[in-house]
Order: sequence, then structure tokens, then C-alpha cells
Amino acid sequence: MTNSIKDLEEEAEVIFLIGTNTTENHPVIGYKIRQNVLKRGAKLIVADPRRIELADLAEVYLPFKPGTDIMLINAMMHVIIKENLLDKEFIEKRTEGFEEVKEIVEKYTPELAARICGVPAEDIVKAARIYAEADKAAICYAMGVTQHSKGTDNVKAICNLAMLTGNIGKPGSGVNPLRGQNNVQGACDMGGLPDVYPGYQKVEIEENRSKFEKAWGVKLPDRKGLTLTEAINAALEGKIKALYIMGENPMLSDPDSHHVEEALDNLEFLVVQDIFLTETAAKADVVLPGVSFAEKDGTFTNTERRVQRVRKAVNPRGNAKPDWQILCEVATRLGYPMSYQSPEEIFEEIRSLTPSYAGITYKRIEETGIQWPCPDTDHPGTPILHKEKFVRGRGKFHPVEYREAAEMPDDEYPLILTTGRNLYHYHTGTMTRRVAAIDQHKPHNEVEIHPRTAQLYGIKDGDMVRLSTRRGSIKLKARITENIKEGVVFTTFHFGEAAANHLTNASALDPVAKIPEFKVAAARIEKI
Amino acid sequence: MNGEKRILLEYADKINPEKAEDYIKVGGYKGLEKARKMKPKQIIEEVKKSKLRGRGGAGFSTGMKWSFVPEHAPVKYVVCNLDEGEPGTYKDRIICEKNAQALLEGMAICALAIGAKKGYIYCRGEYPHIVRLLNNAIESAKKAGVLEDFDIEVRMGAGAYVCGEETALIESIEGKRGEPRFKPPFPGVEGLWGVPTVVNNVETFACIPYILTHGAEWFASIGAPDYPGTKVLTLTGDINNPTYFEVPTDYLLSDVIYKLGGGIKGGRKLKAVQVGGSSGAFIPPENIHTSIDFDSMSRIGASLGSGAVFVLDETRDIVDVATRIAKFFEHESCGKCNPCREGTFRMYEMMQRINAGRGSEEDLENILVLSRVMQKASLCGLGQAAPIPIETTIKHFREDYMRKLM
Amino acid sequence: MITLTIDGKRVTVPKGTSLLDACRIAGADIPTLCHDPELSLAGSCRMCVVEVAGRRNLIASCVTPAEEGMQVETESEAVIEARRIILELLLARHKLECHVCERDGDCKLQDYCYRYGVKDSRFKGEEPHFYKEDPNPFIERDYDKCIMCTKCIRACAEITGAFAINLKNRGHNAVISTAFDLGLKDSTCVFCGQCIMVCPVGSLVSKVEKGRGRTYQTEKVRTVCTYCGTGCTLELKVLNDRVVGVNSIRDEKLSPANRGALCVKGRFGWDFIDSPERLKEPLVRKNGELMPVSWEEALDYTAKRLKEVKEKWGSDSIAVFTSARTTNEENYLLQKLARAVIGTNNIDHCARL
Repeated sequence: MTNSIKDLEEEAEVIFLIGTNTTENHPVIGYKIRQNVLKRGAKLIVADPRRIELADLAEVYLPFKPGTDIMLINAMMHVIIKENLLDKEFIEKRTEGFEEVKEIVEKYTPELAARICGVPAEDIVKAARIYAEADKAAICYAMGVTQHSKGTDNVKAICNLAMLTGNIGKPGSGVNPLRGQNNVQGACDMGGLPDVYPGYQKVEIEENRSKFEKAWGVKLPDRKGLTLTEAINAALEGKIKALYIMGENPMLSDPDSHHVEEALDNLEFLVVQDIFLTETAAKADVVLPGVSFAEKDGTFTNTERRVQRVRKAVNPRGNAKPDWQILCEVATRLGYPMSYQSPEEIFEEIRSLTPSYAGITYKRIEETGIQWPCPDTDHPGTPILHKEKFVRGRGKFHPVEYREAAEMPDDEYPLILTTGRNLYHYHTGTMTRRVAAIDQHKPHNEVEIHPRTAQLYGIKDGDMVRLSTRRGSIKLKARITENIKEGVVFTTFHFGEAAANHLTNASALDPVAKIPEFKVAAARIEKI
Repeated sequence: MNGEKRILLEYADKINPEKAEDYIKVGGYKGLEKARKMKPKQIIEEVKKSKLRGRGGAGFSTGMKWSFVPEHAPVKYVVCNLDEGEPGTYKDRIICEKNAQALLEGMAICALAIGAKKGYIYCRGEYPHIVRLLNNAIESAKKAGVLEDFDIEVRMGAGAYVCGEETALIESIEGKRGEPRFKPPFPGVEGLWGVPTVVNNVETFACIPYILTHGAEWFASIGAPDYPGTKVLTLTGDINNPTYFEVPTDYLLSDVIYKLGGGIKGGRKLKAVQVGGSSGAFIPPENIHTSIDFDSMSRIGASLGSGAVFVLDETRDIVDVATRIAKFFEHESCGKCNPCREGTFRMYEMMQRINAGRGSEEDLENILVLSRVMQKASLCGLGQAAPIPIETTIKHFREDYMRKLM
Repeated sequence: MITLTIDGKRVTVPKGTSLLDACRIAGADIPTLCHDPELSLAGSCRMCVVEVAGRRNLIASCVTPAEEGMQVETESEAVIEARRIILELLLARHKLECHVCERDGDCKLQDYCYRYGVKDSRFKGEEPHFYKEDPNPFIERDYDKCIMCTKCIRACAEITGAFAINLKNRGHNAVISTAFDLGLKDSTCVFCGQCIMVCPVGSLVSKVEKGRGRTYQTEKVRTVCTYCGTGCTLELKVLNDRVVGVNSIRDEKLSPANRGALCVKGRFGWDFIDSPERLKEPLVRKNGELMPVSWEEALDYTAKRLKEVKEKWGSDSIAVFTSARTTNEENYLLQKLARAVIGTNNIDHCARL
């Protein structure tokens, strides 16, 4: 997030939610947005193929077709430019490349977008005006925007929209991806990515490499590595022979489970470090028992870049060990002795190598976490990014064009399947399916279908149905609801026994981020 | 003459209250006409000078109340309290039935004074015929053009006594559960839909046209000097002549009973009289030679309240009567604040016990402690007043209670 | 600024300060049951009443603005009598089972009865009789302990915005209810448990925590929720080396992302920690089956196999998936292990999934 969670509650006058079912996936942020509307009169714009709860409070609700994000956003920009609602001063002083974008969005009329996105043109105009006319307008998005074969372009379009109206670098504004996992921000910050060291220092830049080589005392590889989805493909091709997985369950979380299974079967060696025998761990050669968040010390970094302390409450269960200790043992046995005495000692090394974390210490975050960048120990942290200038100096407009999703409905698979989470379960259900109360409350997967779509296939509420794509099929219960667009069906990936990712498309990856197109797959449904 | 003085009810049954023209013929809407030529502040000054005090029960200066409304608020409301929930009270109904146009005129004058464009009349749910009557009266006044751009809407209550409390009434108009709000902020500053609102009783509004027409001095010269004007009283109970009267406010309570009321039924002796509805104090015979005005009543530990006069003869079981009143309040407490919600419930329990001959002297003491706390600590008038009838019967008729104890 | 006298002490406070806050500034300990700084004012419990010279009635300090020149007594005879009577009235409807109550030792009703020496209620009559089971796996509401402070209703509306509960009936029979009394499952309740967080007594408790340990028995460890990326602070309650519950922390300094608000997963989703399915021993596949082994064996075997693959196929034939659920320190170590020890940049995690 460029801004803070608190901004959404107390500062933003307009909040544009696109591709985020906030009240289910980030419930506490959802509460805050709702209270901003109820108590301070903030206006909401909601764009989502599903009529999410917050749509009820929206000034404009745009139930657009999955995968048409760029069409929608470019059309909003078209309106803003045409009606001269843009922030000229901001564009002039803070950005570059505006002319190119202006040229491109010229053809994205609200009427064209209305046809492609399936929402009324006047609602697109209304949304554009509300967003552009506010003093402080924030955009929030989540996987609904990114999990597409052009997720990166979707995000660029959103950034264009924010820059066009000067909604960057001030309270209550910004481009705010709501991150779905407790420490997904931290895993990225820490260089858990194939192209960067901690602090997003590119591995292919020699200066960075030599810094880390010096610190770690070894020679480092100079080419970026494979992303997770690429690695799975490479395993299938026999190029990846061994895989070390810590706390991940690709069997359920990755697209096209058959494909993942084949890839894992093709490995020479698979080691999984986890707290449960997940679907993935069950396929491993070695399973190393790690511990839950309650059994170790450390830090998590939340969606607003706040580094917060995690504290050990109980001892590891059985003979399990804290994951950091296991990693030290493995490294040592591989000939690289690691002898950290505590997570704090590791953190000290992190901050010595990561400029954005340099000023953060365990002592400083004992009470309140600090938001990076925090370059030195006197720095208070950064609640709002890009305040005076962008990291690269001027903000760059990236013209992006609309393209169709990789797999569009056809006669054989006439529906669009989109996937996600619900309020009660989390990710692959490794934890929540083992929380007795939650599993009792929500024990089964369901597929959401619009009544007219259901009628077409003779499906009634509660019927068991078979949901199929080119990858496979699952059996689950139908839930008839008007909260989803006609012709679109939705299901979650929490449930091993009816796993959405049997169905999703692994071949359609975003060319830059390599993110799979979880949000659009051609599907069909039948009553069983 | 029995000493009545009819101002509000002068043309009772002589004009059709629904028809603005009838009212105009007998001098109606002159006050409003006059008010239109005055500045808002002058209207309020005139009302202040008349010394008119609220006829709903609290006796607050009407002019003062209007003057609290901030001048510059963009939206304001006039609300008329026609909830009339006090058992034994029906004077507002009578005023509507006999002279509804005066109420409308009073509200319109208030609207001019505070700068409101919209008024609401909150009518007791048990008066559906009054709702019809008022709607016709409004229609007629609109047709006659006398209200100009002032709009009046009639809303109906659903039978909750607490909605006679002005803030609970406002909540009810807003479509919420009938519960009182805490004050401050007072409705004059933050009332209906959160904007400045004047809430007055029917009788209060109905006095306004006469004050404007005949002048504040004229009004101030009638009745008791600090609570001038007339008061419409309703007589019930063991009385020969149970009906309504309009009297000057310096009229004696004893005259209400023996002159207007024609004395106690069957020539029996007076046991007690309760003034002001169920929440009023019981007055023993030795205190009835008192003027009915607000301050005189306060001096004998009673209140004029709504102007209901409930007469009990010597054969009545006062403990039984008090028990029934306790039941009424237990039923009508909204449940918002602790002293009232639980207090009215436990009060009724103890009263039932005593009334059934199973009570002890300790119960009596507990009632008095509870009564004290309820009066001092309850959120609204309901909880504050609910123990008064019980407390005053114990005070004046303790021997009746003692006889019933175990 | 305005100046007033509270218990003989002159205090100066900004205009608009509530009398309650002014009293507290003056050092007076004012009891409250329905007041919550984050919620709208109710002014209904009347425990905070004080005596103000010249006022006929006692004044509820939480809803009354401090005024210039007020002479306030916070523990006068009348004030103490009112508070005692209110407590006795509440006790008369409160199921007294402190010995088995979750909130024993952490209960405002208990605390105030102790403070004002209220042993028993002189108003005992009809016993508590409101109990009704709400069939859901998360929240238990014992109507017979409810003191009608309505904080749960306000928290539901003003923190979460679920509007699942409100008042039903009047007077003594008023109870907190869902629409049409259908039970929480069929209401708009999202089981966030904010109602439990604000309940001053034992009327609302977590069914998941019930019977596992009282507040005073447990050690509290402040940490961060393990689910989504919001980063909510919570407190794990620990007894005998087991997590037995979750508390909210409402202090913004300690709980900056959520100020105590949680969701169903954060508040009720912690018992996987002691799930019997937890992995407690390292496993190594032998003859096609995963068998428990010692750490030594598992680690040696892991290192041996990784070395073999690296020697045979090169560093880039190994890939490492780190985790968006583990700590920064662990992520740092694993990428270091991939890059510096194995010698590959093939490291990624499920940020995209």
C-alpha cells in the first residue's frame, strides 16, 4: 500500500475498490472502509463481477465482466481527460509520459467500455467523476486485479488513473494493494523473489551482487531465477530436479493441480517444511516439522509496510523446531555454517543489508511497528509513499491496451469461472480446515451461480453440481445468488476435496509477474 | 357560571374543526397574519412576554424554548406532541376535535419564529380518527392558502407511553425504537434528523394564535401570574361530572372537584386526588385548596402535568391503585436505563407483594430507597416520575399500607 | 478552557470535555458500564452519575459536558446510594455463577460490587429467565448475565458495521436479539466477536475458549495474526504451554492496524496450533512411505540429497519456495540459503496466488 490502513478509515473521501472483496478477505480493513462511509460520508465506487457486501454502500457499483479491467479504467481516464478533471499541476511537476497515455485512452469511450465490460456507460462516467472530483481518493485492489494474464497491465492502468488525478503521495489517496497473507509483504521485502535481494535490490546489478557477496562471503549467481509457476513448469520439463518448499502448498494454491502433481512427481527430491502434512507434504521425500506463529519469535510486515513483532507464546509442539533453526541446520550441513542465536540476530543482519529496513530494530518496534522505508534509527517510518517524489524521480505513465483474457468462453465451456476466498477460510485451508469451529461452520466448498444461469442448466440452490474446465472437474454444492454476474461462476480454493485449482489455467501467465489467470477460466456446469 | 374561561374551546361544537373557513370566520389565522408582518425575534419576544409555559407537563417557558433554536441553521422543524399517553388525559384530543385549526396556526407561527418549513404532528396511535381529522384540517388550511409554504405531516405512534417524551418521540418519527435521548443536546439545537427542532404540546401551540391576536399582555393577565392563561382539565374517577373543562390557571383544585366536577359520586368522601396523569402525585384532601397552576402544585409536592384530575373516594383501596400504576410503568418502561428498566420491574414486584398481603415493612423501606434513586438517576421523565405516585401514597396513606403488611 | 471544581479540586479542561473525562482528569475513579470511548454514547447504565450543586437530579457524567463553575461531587452519599441500588438491580437479574464464569476476575459487575460492598440484592424477585441457546460454533450469549449496557449492539454497528443485533421488547423484558430472533447464523453476523471484546461481564464469551482458562490464570503474549495481510495485533492467552484463547488490544499504540478489531479467523481460528494433526517428528520416505525419524537423520539426508542433485545437475536444477506465512527472518534465511548456499536465484513464494 502506498498509504496506511488508517487513511481508509479517517482520510479518504472517495474509495475506489476494484477486484477486492474487502469485507471477506481483509475483514478489518473492510470494517474501516464501511465506517468511513457510515460516519464520515466517504463515497465508494465498487467494481467487481460479484456484488460484494460493500457494493451495498457504493455510490456506483460496476459489475464488470472478469478480465475487462483495463477497458474499464482506460474509459474512466477517457472521461477524466475529456471533462478536464485531471490534476494538471501534478501531471506536469511529478510525472512523465502523459501524452502517450492520453493518446491511447482516446479510443476508450464509455460506450465502447460499456459494451465490453457489460456495465452502463453512464455509470462509468459517474465513477470517473466521483473519483476525479474528490480531494482525496484512494484506490484499493487485491487479487481480483492481479490474477490475470495481464495483471501487471491492470496495475499499471490503476497507477495511471491515480497519477492522472494527483491521487498519490497525500493522505487518503494512493494505490493500495491489499495483500492477502500475513507476511507476503515481508517475503517480498526479504528477497523471496527470483530477481531481487532483500529490499528489492536487483540480483542482476553487479553493485548489489558484490554487496551481498561481500556480506555473505560467497560468489552469487548473476542471472535471475525462476518464478514459482515457472519452476513448476521446469520441473515438469525435467529442468528442476529438487525442490525445497517451506510453508507452501502448491498442490492446492497453484493453478491446474494435475499439472502441479505431475511436476512434483517428476522431481528427484522434494523436501517440505510445514506444520501439517499438507497435500504437498504428502508427496515429499523429507518432511521437516516447523512451527506456527505462536511458537516462535520474529517479525511480519503487513500490507501497509508495517514491520511488527511476532512473539513466541508456547514451545514448539512435539519435536518440531522453529523454521529459522531448521534452516540454520540445513545450511550448516550444506557446508555453510549458520549459527544465529535468535531471530533478532538475523534481523540485525537484514537491516544491515536492506536500506528500507535499516532504521528498524526490535527495540524500536517493541510497542508499535514501523512502516518502511525507515533508513535510520531516528527515522519515524513512512506512512505515505511518494510524498515529495517517486522512487524513480518522476512517476511514469505506462500506456496499456485492453486484451481479452487468455481463455474466453466458447460453446463447449460457455461460462466464466472466477476463484477466490471466503471470509471463514484462509488460503489452502491448511490452518482453518483444522479449526474445529470454523470447519463446523463452513465445511464445504460451494459454487456461486446467478439464478438465470442456474435456471439455464436446471440447477437449484443446494444441488450437487459438476464444475468443469479444460483441466478437469470438481463436484460441489451450488449456491444460487444474485450477487454474481450472469454467466460467471465463483468458487474458492480452500477445500482439498473440491479444489478450485483442479480447474484453473496454468498456461496463462502474466508475462511480467508470471501470475496465473485465476480470475478467468472458461467453464461449464452440470447437475449431478 | 362555574368559573370556566374558554379561550381554546370558545367555539367548541360551534365550528367544524376541519374547516379553515369556519375558523377564519371566528377570528382564526389573524395571529398568523400578524406574525407574518413581524420579525422572527419579535414573535419570540411576544411569546416570551406572554409568559406562556409548556402545557405538556414540564412547564418550561415556550418563548425561551423557541429562542434556543440557532438562527442560521439551514433546516429546522416544528414538532407537535400529540402522543397524549398519560392515562386519564384527553385534553389534546378535545382541542383537536374542537379547534384543530388553532393548533395548525400555532405551529405555523412557531415555524415563522424559528424559520422552519416543515412540521410534524406525532399523534397517539389510539387516535386514528384524529389523524383523519388533522389531515382534513391541514388540507383545508392549505386550500385556504393560510399556511403558505409551511408543510405539516401527521405521524402516528404505536402505543408506547415513552414516546410522549420529546426525544423518544423524535426517535419514533425517525423510524427508530422509541427510546429517549440524553440531554444535552436539547432538541432545540439537535432534534429531529439531527437539526434544530421545537417540540411543543398541542395545547401550547393552540395558545399561540390567541397570544398573537390579542397580545401578550392580555394573555399574561389571565390566571396565575407566573403560569398565566387557561388550562384544559380532564376529570375522571369517582366524580359526578367526569368531563373536560377550560379554566384560568389560578383556579382552585377544590373547585375543580366540587364545582366543576359536581363533587364525589354518591356523596362519599374524598380519599385522594391524583393530578397530571399516572405519573402525578396523590394529593390528600387537606391539600386540595390549592390553585392548579404549575408552581402552586409544586409547592404541595404535586405537579399539574397534563391536567388530568383523577378522583378517588373513601372506599377505594389506595394500595391497589398504586399497584396498578406500578404495573403500568413496568409495562411502559422502554428499558434503556438501568434505574427505570429494573426499577419499575422490581417496584411492581414489591407492590404486588404488599397488595397481596405478603409484603413486609422492609419492602416498604426498599420501595422508598428505590423511589429516591429512580427519581434522581433515571435517564428520562418516565423513570424519574414513575415512583412518584407510589411514594406519595406511602407518604400520605402509610396506614393503608401498614394494614396490608404481613 | 473552562474551570470547574471536582471533589474540592479545581481543574481546567478544554471546552467540550465530558464531565466524565473532567472527573477522571481530576483523579476521580468513575465507574461505567455502558461507556466506551470508541462507541457512541448511550448514557444508560447511570453508574457514572455524579452530584452537581444546584441540580435537582444526579448527572450522568458520560453524556454531560463539563461547564464553567460546576461544583461536582463524585462520591457523595446520594451518588453512592444510586450506584449501590443500580448494582443491586443488576444483580437481581444477573445469574450469579461466578464460580464457573469465564469472566470471573475480569468482570466489571464483580469489580463494582466489590468496590461498593454490594453482597446481595434487596430486590431479588423473579429470577433470571432469559436464557436461550444460539446454535453457532463461535459466540455464546448468556442473556441471564446480560446487564443491558448495549455495547455489543454499538460495537457491531460502529466497529464492524454488521448491524446483526439490536434490542427487542421493552423494559425488563428488553433483550438483545437478531432480526426476527433467528439466531446469529441466520443474521448478518460475521462472527468477528467484537461483541465479546466489549462485553463488560460474562454474558458474551467465545465458545472456542470456554472452560480453557480464565484471564487471571493465563499469560498474555502480544503478537500479530497469522492470516491475511492486515497485520492485526492480538494477544494470545497461554496456560500450561498451550494457547487457550485470543484477546484484543484496543490501544492504538499497541494495535495500530486494527485497534482491537478482529475477524472470525483472528479471534476464533487459533486452535489449529494444538491440532492432533500437527507434524511433531521429521519424516523421511522409506519404501514409498513417510516414516518418523530423528532430526539428525532427516537433516543429514536432506543435505546429502540436495548436494547430490547440485553436483549432478548444477545449482539451477534446485528451486526453493519460501513462504508468505513465515517470518521475515525465516524468509531472509531461506533466500540466503538458496543464493549463498545452493547457489541459485530460483526462489519464489506464493505472493501471486
